[in-house]
Amino acid sequence: METLFSPANKELGIDALIALLKVAIIFNALLLLFSLMTYIERRVLAFMQFRRGPNRVGWFGILQPAADGIKLFFKEEVMPEGANRLLFFGAPIVAIITAYLALAVVPYGGPLVLPFYGQVSLFGRPLDIQIANLDVGILFIFAITALGVYGIVFAGYSSNNKYALLGGLRSSAQMFSYEIALGMSWVSVIMAAGSFRLTDIVATTQQWGIWPWMILQSPAFIIYMIAACAEVNRTPFDLPESETELVAGFHTEYSSMKFALLQMAEYINMITVCALASNMFLGGWLSPVPFIPDSPLWFFAKMLFLLFVFIWLRATVPRFRYDQLMDFGWKRLIPAVAIWVVLFSGLTALLGEKKTPPSTVAATIAPAVGQVSR
Amino acid sequence: MSWFEAAHAGFVQAALAVSAFLFVVGTVGVFIRRNVITVMMCIELMLNAVNLAFVAFSRAHGTIDGQILVFFVFTVAAAEAAVGLAIVIALQRNRQDLDVDSFDLLKG
Amino acid sequence: MILDVILFYGAAFVALASGIFVIAQRSPINSAFSLIVTMCSLAVMFAMLGSGFIAVLQVVVYAGAIMVLFLFVIMLLNAKQDEGDRAGGIGRAAIFLGIILAVQSVWVVWNGSASLPTNYKETTSADVARGLFSSPRFLYAFEATSILILSAMVGAIVVARKEKGK
Repeated sequence: METLFSPANKELGIDALIALLKVAIIFNALLLLFSLMTYIERRVLAFMQFRRGPNRVGWFGILQPAADGIKLFFKEEVMPEGANRLLFFGAPIVAIITAYLALAVVPYGGPLVLPFYGQVSLFGRPLDIQIANLDVGILFIFAITALGVYGIVFAGYSSNNKYALLGGLRSSAQMFSYEIALGMSWVSVIMAAGSFRLTDIVATTQQWGIWPWMILQSPAFIIYMIAACAEVNRTPFDLPESETELVAGFHTEYSSMKFALLQMAEYINMITVCALASNMFLGGWLSPVPFIPDSPLWFFAKMLFLLFVFIWLRATVPRFRYDQLMDFGWKRLIPAVAIWVVLFSGLTALLGEKKTPPSTVAATIAPAVGQVSR
Repeated sequence: MSWFEAAHAGFVQAALAVSAFLFVVGTVGVFIRRNVITVMMCIELMLNAVNLAFVAFSRAHGTIDGQILVFFVFTVAAAEAAVGLAIVIALQRNRQDLDVDSFDLLKG
Repeated sequence: MILDVILFYGAAFVALASGIFVIAQRSPINSAFSLIVTMCSLAVMFAMLGSGFIAVLQVVVYAGAIMVLFLFVIMLLNAKQDEGDRAGGIGRAAIFLGIILAVQSVWVVWNGSASLPTNYKETTSADVARGLFSSPRFLYAFEATSILILSAMVGAIVVARKEKGK
């Protein structure tokens, strides 16, 4: 048993401790951001529709999410007759676990550099705001998003309700179709960076300069945002839960905390796609304004702006019809992204690709849990 | 060598044993299940078992070839599932039945 | 290292158990659910065996695409009725022979793999890409798979399409 406490294992223990701390902090920060998002969304929507929105609980209604949470917590749990019990309970759990798991590899702003302090370190390790710096970071997120479909499919199937079943069917077909465009929109970024590692992509952005990168990758960015909107079931594409035709789609039969978990998964998925877009297409924590230093705050500013765009879209665009949705996904979006991939690879071949994938960031910052998972 | 080092060294052997067992489970499933969809899922299980063996051999030999072969298995599995499920839908439409035992029209 | 060991053997246990559940369940949806669990735990085993790229692809392709297709078809055909047992003693005979086959094959593989080399090297996704594209060894096969996928796509559409006038 002596080798259990060998120096190597002690190092591993410290790494694991730091990773656990990061998990705790990021988990709770996301919980806070989720509840804030529900409030912000309702306020912004109300503002855009000339209504007042929630303004009773607390200062300008800021405590509304807490009130909602308490209300949902004390509601009765209803189990529909003839439901598949295991899947009915499992669906919200699958949804929330996959939603949170995807965030484990997103770098929320690179090395943790505080103004007037410099690089923060713990136990002699420089810290960065990322739980695991995986070699296959982007693909990992893709895989986890793919698993996220099951939460909705199981919820729809197990409810023993035709509206829920239709919602589940629609959502599996929709997410299936738009995942292709979503994955292909990443290809040009991956091709430029020569790596699936998310920090390498920001390093490539730094090499290119942030503005050339943002301009050159903008077609991919637009396609990504459209596909991501469909992937997280936001309004122009919210057919799985369209309340005017399917009552509420896959979560018709859900109540109380299970309903809250499904809602939470949806919002956290939204935050994930925005964080990813900010990281891949908008340069992450790099500053787009000269003379202002790079900082994690830039990352959050970009992410919050993209979240605002989603709310904006919801207030502006009407819902697609189902056949329009499928036509748009298969006949417009996928050909468009295929053309873009061909164009970009042609450009890369013409101009000569950058050799030696940038691993400056990856080398200077020791990945905490990335080491464990090999 | 402590117990967990031995366990770490036994990864390849354990993976191959799991692979063999899952392959047999898939084979038995093809024989005892009657629903066409379940039979197809058993075939996927067998393909998965083979993938595990490829990855284990890739680790044992320190080459990348095993992983590349898994890549090809993925492609074949995807093609197989697409065509197979299309046939299942056609069967359901024409015969309203998914029981493999009831498709015996060619019997003399 | 110790985390690797725990994760690997834990995933192996889950894979075996859920693999048996796949064929022990009566309803297709439960089988599909067990199969998803099997595939995810196999992905964990792949990652612990040192091929993270394949592990992630396993989840994307199998759990994310193929199994969603299966579930989609099960839901579309609403095939949730339980199937009966196979007539006669064929089912029991298959299980009996299967147990013998399992014991034999695991025994053979376990003994045969004791003398395998241990040349483990770290590999990344870039190594897989180099192996696939930098030599013509797998390049033509890779191009052939694209034709395979295309023909499967066309075939699936043709087979599943409703014929006119029926």
